[in-house]
Amino acid sequence: MTHLADLPAWAQLLASFFILVGAVVTLIGAVGLLTLRSFYDRIHVPTLGSTWGAGGILLASIIIFSVLQSRPVLHEVLIAIFVTVTMPVVLMLLGRAALYRDRTEGVETVPPMEAVSGLPENAANEADGQ
Amino acid sequence: MSATILIWSVTIAHVLLAVAMVCQAIRFIRGPRAQDRVVAFDAFYISSMLLLLTFGIRTGTTLYFEAALVISLIGFVSTVALAKFLMRGEVIE
Repeated sequence: MTHLADLPAWAQLLASFFILVGAVVTLIGAVGLLTLRSFYDRIHVPTLGSTWGAGGILLASIIIFSVLQSRPVLHEVLIAIFVTVTMPVVLMLLGRAALYRDRTEGVETVPPMEAVSGLPENAANEADGQ
Repeated sequence: MSATILIWSVTIAHVLLAVAMVCQAIRFIRGPRAQDRVVAFDAFYISSMLLLLTFGIRTGTTLYFEAALVISLIGFVSTVALAKFLMRGEVIE
């Protein structure tokens, strides 16, 4: 851990702040995952870890390694882009799958198919192959 | 200047992320349905990736970043596969 002692004070303070922000935001998301009531509430909370949770820790890592090696170290940006791009895709797929499962089982709390079908009806016909 | 503040904040971040992973593991065990477990798994691999990144900051090696990148890649693919399985009942059609 001697490499961290070479950092200047401003980089240490900035990196500590970002690390703590990232960890605390991730913990808030995890507590929300434990305490929220329904699935459709809980599907929102992984985004906390994937936006500011990952963002804070990756920013701190960029600051520390850029100052230590005195050149911009940017391969953390790859992880940040990947996590922030893929998380909405995953949650949208999961939400649609859960809605489909709830509708086929006839759960009362989700809106039925008719309530959403303000869509033009020829869209359904085109999907049938006409 | 010694790195006391940074070392302490990395240690606190380790503890907080471990507590977060415990919360997500409890949700993973408790369920109640399959989609809850998949969401818990999704949050769990993000937290484990962040824990590996803080390990990388602590030790100063770049080995942990490749591990974190691989975890994020495979976690995305596996969660998409699980969501597709929940939707259709099969992964590859």
